[in-house]
Amino acid sequence: MLTLEPRTAGPLRQVLTPVLAIVATMIAGGILFMLLGKNPVEAIKIIFVDPLFDAYSRSELLVKAAPLALIATGLSFGYRANVWNIGAEGQFILGAICGGAVGLAFYGIDGWFVLPLMAVAGMLGGFAWAMIPAFLRTRFNANEILVSLMLVYVATLLLSALVSGPLRDPDGFNFPESRQFHDSATLPILLQGTRVHIGIVIALLVSLVGWLVLQRHVFGFQIKLMGAAPRAAHFAGVSTNRMVYLCLGISGALAGLAGMFEAAGPVGQLVPSLPAGYGFTAIIVAFLGRLHPAGIILASLVLALTIIGGETAQYLLQVPKAAISVFQGMLLFFLLAFEIFTRFRLRRSGAGATA
Amino acid sequence: MANNISPVLLFASIIAAAQPLVFAAVGEMITEKSGVLNLGVEGMMIIGAIAGFATAVTTGSPLLGVLAAAIAGAALALVFGFLTQVLLANQVATGLALTMFGLGLAALIGQPFSGVKPPPFPKLDLAVISDLPVVGPLLFNHNLMVYFGLVLVALIWAFLTFTRTGLTLRAVGEDHDAAHALGYNVILIRLTAIAVGGAMAGMGGAYLSLVRVPQWTEGMTAGSGWIALAIVVFGTWRTWRVMLGAYLFGGVTILQLNMQIADITPLWLVVLALFLAAVSVTVRSFRSSAPASPWMIGLWFTTLLAGSIAIRHPVSIPTEYLNMAPYIATILVLVAMSADKLRANINAPASLGRVFHRTG
Repeated sequence: MLTLEPRTAGPLRQVLTPVLAIVATMIAGGILFMLLGKNPVEAIKIIFVDPLFDAYSRSELLVKAAPLALIATGLSFGYRANVWNIGAEGQFILGAICGGAVGLAFYGIDGWFVLPLMAVAGMLGGFAWAMIPAFLRTRFNANEILVSLMLVYVATLLLSALVSGPLRDPDGFNFPESRQFHDSATLPILLQGTRVHIGIVIALLVSLVGWLVLQRHVFGFQIKLMGAAPRAAHFAGVSTNRMVYLCLGISGALAGLAGMFEAAGPVGQLVPSLPAGYGFTAIIVAFLGRLHPAGIILASLVLALTIIGGETAQYLLQVPKAAISVFQGMLLFFLLAFEIFTRFRLRRSGAGATA
Repeated sequence: MANNISPVLLFASIIAAAQPLVFAAVGEMITEKSGVLNLGVEGMMIIGAIAGFATAVTTGSPLLGVLAAAIAGAALALVFGFLTQVLLANQVATGLALTMFGLGLAALIGQPFSGVKPPPFPKLDLAVISDLPVVGPLLFNHNLMVYFGLVLVALIWAFLTFTRTGLTLRAVGEDHDAAHALGYNVILIRLTAIAVGGAMAGMGGAYLSLVRVPQWTEGMTAGSGWIALAIVVFGTWRTWRVMLGAYLFGGVTILQLNMQIADITPLWLVVLALFLAAVSVTVRSFRSSAPASPWMIGLWFTTLLAGSIAIRHPVSIPTEYLNMAPYIATILVLVAMSADKLRANINAPASLGRVFHRTG
């Protein structure tokens, strides 16, 4: 009989698990496309390989990876401490709304201060939205998973109410969208002819800071302690409530910043279709990156690849947009499944086992 | 139609609207009773919705559709079961993966089915009784799924309360180590509970696409799966309360839709809620003969304020804000039910969400 013995995984297995998961996803995805009557090899090539050999797609990879990395870095703090913020999508939307509203309030006013102000507003918006589940969990013991998730639906409706109401473009023929942000409310472009913006640099900086906090700061230690041994953390004087507020607050603020970047960067205005699922995809990024800042950077690139490849597959293979989430869900499945090899050792035991 | 909502039809439509939630929430309750938290209800529902729809359209039989939905939901649930029970994966993350995967797969399968009309679902037809006033539309004029759901809920209640297997299931949920030591197969029991929960979520989804809407649109579950999870908390893991919770949420949805049609300012609902809260606080303070608290005075003041605003400014509110009602109601209910820790946890399975690792 086979039994599982717990073990601590070496660094090699930590890296190997996500790689294996990606390969398994490609195989299973190919089989799925075959069942749907598409050419599996071509489908996998379109989604996972082709974007790498096209200059514009490569730059778009950075554009899509930046918000993912930002959000996932924030989420990874909470997930390490068993604080489950599932509503990053909602915090992302609130960040876009608040940042965008500031940009629209200063419409036509040029000045270096507009963008920083928008960024602060975006972070505050995401932060405030994340404080709702934090407060309800610490004060009323309400499950933060369900509360933060319900707030995603509320945020989506709020965005569409605002862009067809107070934030609507006055010259926009009643379309539910805001004005285009003017130049000083738009993120500077780093590479001419692409959409690569300053947010990518900030995402890198944030993950560096995240790594430092996790490795060198007492807060990082407390997070790990609370995730690994909640009772020990309690006795060591780590306040659960404080950790819930901090974890949700950080991830909310970063998701809000990502939302503001998306609105002031690639999109350039507030539209109801702004929430593109980054908040949910970032959950997978966090796990695929093994909740480690460096891993998250790599994982965000991989997931960005599936987003871009999925968009191409959408019109080349005539598959719906949501087909990407099949891949993303499978990726998370395989990752969680293969994790068993890092956490446990298979051992023959019982009758007939050799000692 | 304006300002003319028939209460009988209203209740009939609440029952119809709540039925998917009844299936999904009671199914999830069984899963949770065995100590497993499956957050993938939304994914299993949408898979059920498309599997049921596709089968009903291709075979022409809605009942086969429901069967297919149950099988599809159970199959997806078993993926979750395999990962969490055999491979000991994190239940929260796996449940999320299930939802994302389900939403995507349903969209892929459903692509050729958008805009197609499903075959009509058979209704209970008792000629004379159905035509009775009030009682007819309320009790005897639903489709078969409503009655099937009621019977199923009754059976589940009886199973959990009176049978030995039901007791074993609950024991596994309370303390899996003790149940294992007694010789019960914890993993097998949990896998069964997960599959049953998935089958019911699938049927709830099929109800959505075959009866309630009847059509297929991408992402048509729109959070019902998550609301079902909240309803289990609301129902404190008790069958009849969970069902009642589902009807309450169905009620919120229908009320909200009717308000949109009838053009009632929802501010009046806020006034009503504030008034009820103020009354209950006042009654409680009379009973305990405590001095008037600032809370109480504040509540009455806000009630008056909101009431006068509602009279002076009969503003109509954009539909987006009204559509938020079910989600905000879910949050409020979660808060109200969880605030009293003792009451909230008295029926919660003690091993809920914990990984069972068999040693030796």
